[in-house]
Amino acid sequence: MRKRGSHAGSHVRSHAGSHVRSHAGPHVRSHAGPHVRSHVVAALAGTVALSLLTAGCGGQGSSSASSSSRTVTYWLWDANQLPGYQACAKAFEERNPGVKVEITQLGWENYWTKLTASMIAGTEPDVFTDHITKFAQFVDLDVLAPLDELPATAGIKDSDYQAGLAASWKGQDGHRYGAPKDWDTIAMFYNKKMTDSAGISADTLNSLAWNPQDGGTFEKAIARLTVDSKGRRGDEPGFDKNDVKIYGLATNDAGEADGQTQWSAFTGSAGWKYTDQKAWGRHYNYDQKSFQSTIDWYFGLAEKGYLAPFKNFSQSNGPEVQVGSGSAAIALHGSWMAKTFYGMKGLDAGTALTPVGPSGKRATMMNGLADSLTKRAADKPAAQKWVAYLASDACQTTVGKQGVVFPATEAGTAAAIAAYEKDGIDVTAFTKPVADGTTFPFPITDYAADVAALMKPAMQDVYANGRPVGSLTTTNRQINLILSQGD
Amino acid sequence: MAVASSSTPRTKPRGDGLLAAIFIAPAMAGFLVFLLWPTLRGIYLSFTRYNLLTPAEWVGLDNYRRMVNDPIFWGSLRVTIEYVVINIGVQTVAALCIAVLMQRLTTSSLLRGIVLTPYLVSNVVAGVVFLWILDTQLGIGNEILGALGFDHVAFLASNEWVIPSVALINVWRHVGYTALLLFAGLQAIPGDVYEAARVDGAGELRMFWRISLPLLRPVLAVVLIMTVIGSFQVFDTVAVATPGPGGPANASNVLQLYIYGSAFGRFQFGYASAMSVALLAVLSVITIVQYRLTRAGETDLG
Repeated sequence: MRKRGSHAGSHVRSHAGSHVRSHAGPHVRSHAGPHVRSHVVAALAGTVALSLLTAGCGGQGSSSASSSSRTVTYWLWDANQLPGYQACAKAFEERNPGVKVEITQLGWENYWTKLTASMIAGTEPDVFTDHITKFAQFVDLDVLAPLDELPATAGIKDSDYQAGLAASWKGQDGHRYGAPKDWDTIAMFYNKKMTDSAGISADTLNSLAWNPQDGGTFEKAIARLTVDSKGRRGDEPGFDKNDVKIYGLATNDAGEADGQTQWSAFTGSAGWKYTDQKAWGRHYNYDQKSFQSTIDWYFGLAEKGYLAPFKNFSQSNGPEVQVGSGSAAIALHGSWMAKTFYGMKGLDAGTALTPVGPSGKRATMMNGLADSLTKRAADKPAAQKWVAYLASDACQTTVGKQGVVFPATEAGTAAAIAAYEKDGIDVTAFTKPVADGTTFPFPITDYAADVAALMKPAMQDVYANGRPVGSLTTTNRQINLILSQGD
Repeated sequence: MAVASSSTPRTKPRGDGLLAAIFIAPAMAGFLVFLLWPTLRGIYLSFTRYNLLTPAEWVGLDNYRRMVNDPIFWGSLRVTIEYVVINIGVQTVAALCIAVLMQRLTTSSLLRGIVLTPYLVSNVVAGVVFLWILDTQLGIGNEILGALGFDHVAFLASNEWVIPSVALINVWRHVGYTALLLFAGLQAIPGDVYEAARVDGAGELRMFWRISLPLLRPVLAVVLIMTVIGSFQVFDTVAVATPGPGGPANASNVLQLYIYGSAFGRFQFGYASAMSVALLAVLSVITIVQYRLTRAGETDLG
């Protein structure tokens, strides 16, 4: 079903049940005119937050002053993970008699709106699940507590977790603002029935390669998997690219600034880096040739009819729906979607590694969530301990056993792999890149939200309207101007 | 920032000066607190980096430098102007027609009232209802198009249609109100002028061009100034009825929406203020030019 063209903005990177990250921005649709000034705004936001809190949490009131210091409030957005964390909370309460953990789960869409509103109003939760795209904003707002300076959480070490995870959660000041809780990588999900009928084996899928000139074996494979309404394949004569029934590759919007589940595996394996530094770079590289030629090739697949067009994407028609309904054969997507793909009715799903690129290597983005402690709750021992417990092997193994995500610790990851296996889900395509060290982190810089706001329409313009990739150089210049202005 | 409080007008001691001051005070207080102070503070904030939670930091012209280089800002301005041109163009012509018909054809206040009904619906409700009507797959508007043998049109989700669609939705809502204002202006034209014209053998069309339109000019000018300003501030319909903030590839990212997103979505209050100041400047210039061109302050009557 194609509905309302494109719900621009939405795309997936949450571990969310709903999976849709729509507009990084305005959800409080107040009628506040342009001249409403900040105090009014703060008051407004406050009212919103207050009413949300009372509505959402059964009116336990603002947690700072009124409720006891032995109640810890915790927010997360993924309904699928709620049972795991409820189990953690129970174990935590048993270890700490008298302490109570109150978990609030909100959908991804509302989560960030309510969270920022509550921060402005001073009614934020003690601990919350944090995402790397939002991290810079919270650092800028100065609302997070440095975990390395607090007694209960000072013991958290980078080496406790899968390589690279903890480093992403350090601010420019070197302090740790998030305790790693889980990780995810990108791989290809495919419809086994379709690959079988196209004569493409699992081994072939796991050893594909691409390049920006002719697309390599990867492009050949998705061309073969593309079928038009008369049954002709994309690599057969007479193929009608304007009348495609099954697309080789599913669409997941244009990918904003990171392209996590769209083009990041390709730009990454082309050897391209988002910024000039590993973390907190001061300069983006969207003007580089390796990036632009990759994007040109990638969105060019849509013109050839192999990649589903931009307009086929909407919140209700994500890649999992496209593959599940048989309108696409392959989707690059995150490990958090494994259970969803494998649970699709009538879909015999498989997973494969992302293709090798011009650099001679594969590359998959490895991202992870963390738990952050708010500044207001920093002097609350129970809240500190809860963060430490969430970051511990004990809790992460509990969460891993649910088989929904890969927890950040080794033991937690092992528990998750075992749980996935029990469900008949092969997660090698997600774990092998980590073992092989062919991962790269999610870009983190100042002004992350503004960078996304600039890149989103620019990438959509290339994808949907065929605008030349050279136009991204202008956007990149503006991004770097903004980054040069502030710290 | 100590500008606001010092300006109390008229210090000459006169007999009724105190009384006058008392009468002026409420309006003056409202003006100072709700208009002048926010405006000055907004202008001040446009020179700072401010995120609402940490203190504002003076950055000079940084926000303005960012603005003139920002492709999205210029895109938003272009989209907004496209919207205003379609919205005001269609609305003014339609409202004028309705007003003249109301004046020349009927005296029924029921009919005149019906014209106003869309205005009683809130913008948000109108936006949502039209979102349903115009839905590409399921909307009744597209169903009718389909039944007539046309292809379905993504009125609110495609690059080329979204702004005209939103502009026309707002025409639907505001045309009655605009017509009513123009109608009031027409009522002020003395009936004997028409009578004299009719004696001289003028037809309805000729009377419209030679009498109604020239004598309506001052009212029309004021209505235009008001509606153009209102039109530039389009926000709610776009926010409600188009997908994502700003539609596909920002095709409906009008300026107010971009300002709102910068401030409340990304906490760039300084930058958002700079863009608001730019909008204020644009609107001031347009209003002054309109006022001059249309000689809104003068009348041709008697």
